[in-house]
Parts: sequence; C-alpha cells; structure tokens
Amino acid sequence: MDSIRYRKASNFVRDISWRQVRRTGLTLLLILLLALFLLFVTVPIASLFLRITPEAFFRSLAEPVVLDALALSLLTAAISTVIVILFGTPLSYINARREYRGKELVDTLTDLPIVLPPAVAGIALLMAFGRRGVVGEYLDAFGIQIAFTTFAVILAQVFVASPFYIRQARASFEAVDRIYEDAARTLGASRLRVLLRVTVPIAWAGLVSGAILTFARALGEFGATIMFAGNYQGRTQTMPLAIYTTMQGNIYDAISLAILLVIISFAVILAVKFVTRRKT
Amino acid sequence: MLSVDAGKQLRDFSLELSLTIRERETLVLIGENGAGKSTVLNLISGILSPDRGEITLAGRTLFSDRLGIDMPTEERKIGHLFQSYALFPHLSVFENIAFGLRCRKIPKAEIAERVAGQLAALHLADLADVNVGRLSGGQRQRVALARSLVLQPDLLLLDEPLAAVDVRAQGGMRRELRNRIRQAGIPCIIVTHNLKDALELGDRVCLLEAGKVVLEGTPDEVLQSRENAFIASFACECQHDAGNSY
Repeated sequence: MDSIRYRKASNFVRDISWRQVRRTGLTLLLILLLALFLLFVTVPIASLFLRITPEAFFRSLAEPVVLDALALSLLTAAISTVIVILFGTPLSYINARREYRGKELVDTLTDLPIVLPPAVAGIALLMAFGRRGVVGEYLDAFGIQIAFTTFAVILAQVFVASPFYIRQARASFEAVDRIYEDAARTLGASRLRVLLRVTVPIAWAGLVSGAILTFARALGEFGATIMFAGNYQGRTQTMPLAIYTTMQGNIYDAISLAILLVIISFAVILAVKFVTRRKT
Repeated sequence: MLSVDAGKQLRDFSLELSLTIRERETLVLIGENGAGKSTVLNLISGILSPDRGEITLAGRTLFSDRLGIDMPTEERKIGHLFQSYALFPHLSVFENIAFGLRCRKIPKAEIAERVAGQLAALHLADLADVNVGRLSGGQRQRVALARSLVLQPDLLLLDEPLAAVDVRAQGGMRRELRNRIRQAGIPCIIVTHNLKDALELGDRVCLLEAGKVVLEGTPDEVLQSRENAFIASFACECQHDAGNSY
C-alpha cells in the first residue's frame, strides 16, 4: 500500500517536472525566435551606423548629390502628401458615409496601388503620361511633358502612397458616431461646417497618422519613380534613387542618405504613436 | 405651437402621427422599445424626412410634401437632446455651448456673455474649460440642455433626458429640468421610459404603439387605462418606485 502511494507520488512529481521542463523549453524557444528576429532587423540598421565614421557622415551631408536628393525628397513627398489629403479626404468621407452604386469598385481601385508592384505602377504611369502615352500624347501636342520631370516624381508618389491615407481616413470617418453630426446640424451647422468643425476634428488623430504614413511611403518611393521620372540629380533623383546611384561610386554618400532615411522613418513611427496615443 | 401630421414607412411598420402641441405645453411620448418614439423626434428635427404630411412650428412650415418643402435641420430652430447627449468630445464645456452661437456668426463678446449666463444658471461656471469627457451624467445633461437653450429654440425635443443620470440624482435633475422647460416657455416633447418623468414633466402623455398613438390624455387619464398592457406594467413600476422612495 505504501509502495503504491509512493509510486503514485513519484509519478506525480515526474509529471510536474516534465510539464515545467516543457513550459521552460517553450519559453526559451519563443525568446530565441524573438531575439533572432530582432537581430535580423537591427543588425542591418546598426551596420549602417557602424560602417561610417561621424566625420565621413557629415562630409557626405555636404555633397551636392546628397543635399539635392534630400531637398527634392522632402519637397516632393510634402507636395504629394498635400495632394493626397486634398483628393483623399472628400473621397474617404464619401465612402465612409454614403452608399452608392460602384462603391466597392471605387474602394478596390483606391486600394490597388498597395498590392501593385511599384515597377508596374511605373510602367503604367509611363504608358498613360509618357510622350507617346494614352494621355501624354495629347498633352505633348500642347508642349506639356510630364514624364521625367519633378512633377512625374510627385505623380508616382501620389500613385503609390495614396492608399495609406485613404484607407486610414475612411476608417477614421467611419469611427465618428453620426449622432455628433446630427447634433451639430440641429444646432444650426451647415453640412460643410459639420464636416470641418465636428467630423474632421473628431477623426483628426486618424487623419494625421494616415498623412504621416503617406509621407513616409512617398519618401521611400523608388520603383515607380525611376521608371516614370528617371534619375536626374536635382530634378527627379530622390533619396532612394540617390542611394542606388551613389553606392556605385561613393558608398559613404549612399550610407549617409540611408542613415537620414532611417532617422526620418524613426521620427515617423514616433509621430504616429504620439498622435494615436493622444487620441486615447 | 407645433403641429405634426406626417407618415413614414419604417422597416417593421408605418409610422402615422397626428399631434398638436400648444405653447408652453410639454408632451410626453411613452411606448415600448422600437415603437418609433425617437423616430418621431428625428422627423420633427429634420434628421429624417417623412414620406408624406406636414409639420409646422411657430407659423413656419418645416415639412410639406404638398408644397414641396423640407427645411434643412440647421434652419429649423429646434433644440434636440439625444439620449447620449452627443456632446462634442473634442470641445470644452464652453465651446460645446457656444457651438450653435458660432454657427450664427454672433459677435465673440455676445457669445461669451450668453454662454456665461447659461453656465451660471446651471452651476457649471467652474467647468467652462473642462473637456466634456470628464463630466458626470448629470453635468453632461445640463451642458446638452444649455447648448440647445442658449439658441432660444422654438421647440425642445428631449430623448430620454434622464436615462444617463445617476439614479440617486434623478429626482433633483427632474425638478431642475421641469423648471428649465417652464422658463423656456416653448413647446416640448419628451421621450421616456420612466413613469416619474411622465408624471412630473408632462402636461399630456401619448402612448405610441407600432408607430401610432393609441392613447392620449393627461398623465392621470392615461394611467387609468389599465387594460393596456404597457400602461399596466408602466403603472406597476410607478407604485413600486413610489413604495421605494417614500
């Protein structure tokens, strides 16, 4: 009797210890996977900083190719973001609030650039607005050329980055309870005033984070730009294009540009977190 | 005076309404959930449009299918209090109350004066700059009422005005609400589930069932109609409540 009880107790102890071992093993495995993934992301980014001295970094910042690219990138990404906001805000508001025939189609089309490879976007824009393009042909008759200009850079950025704002803006507008809009109207606000003074302010955090993400995507745009706008320093050579070009000559210029983009990307993530946290 | 003779096809039934409310009269609408009570308020304030009929308020035609009139909500001069109060979450107490005045392009000094008057009357002066998210149920109700009354509307529509107020505070809030409505001196429609609201606030009570008024009279008259199942349960609740409170 005693021995049976003893055996049972020892089984119990064995079960417990096995369970503990399995649980600890699983935890260790998860930590290992997480650590490996974090290293995979951080080692390349850290390598950028490790492969260049501060002197070389600041020397590169004075290079015209770097300065031109930085200025062009900030300018075009800012203009693209403004264009996306101007067109995207009414569009996303209408899609959030109204039912109409073809709404699904409009939604799908506005989302399309997210899944479309940038190279496809580039050649599509070229086929539309190039000199021999479907639209470009007529513009060319008036002496208007779009492809391989700064404007083409902006068009490419708007094309690929617009869904980031439009999706976010639509979700933010949908999240605004209609009762606020109804209440505002009973208080005497016109539809436009309701939109500007009630709906947009309540949706503000979502709109701003959408705009920041759009700016970031526009800043990083490469494929569509190089195909549709070309790679001319000071005119169409944005930072990603300049990285691609300079790494074949002076690698330090490329690394410096990359570091600038990393810093901007970090700032973007922090800005989005700050804006969305303030909302809650 | 408000006069409504309107119909609208809703999902489950057709709402047919014919009622008149005199100056300074308060009508209480009672009925089961889904009987169309809030829809009545939305039709009058213009958030929804009737399919047919006519609505007039203080000599103005708000809606008439015959004349082809459907006045926009923002021009109707109706104070509409929603059940959740719908205070603008991004604005302070002051800015919530000033909202309608700003829409009317009233000079800043006058806005400050009129809002301050409302805040003082409601004992909310200390909370002027507070965001409305930090207010209690009773304070929210006061702000919502002030936001409507500061515009001196021709009609007041209140949807469950005390539902979000703490039960212990409801008695005091109800008396305060009655005084505010009397001071405003305008017709008023109150939608409620609460019998005490009906008894203390209403000059007249209408029972709405599936979009139609099936009983109408003074609160006492309506309460006598015990053959109606809703009124019977409603009155029960009153006796129960009365037993608790005295």
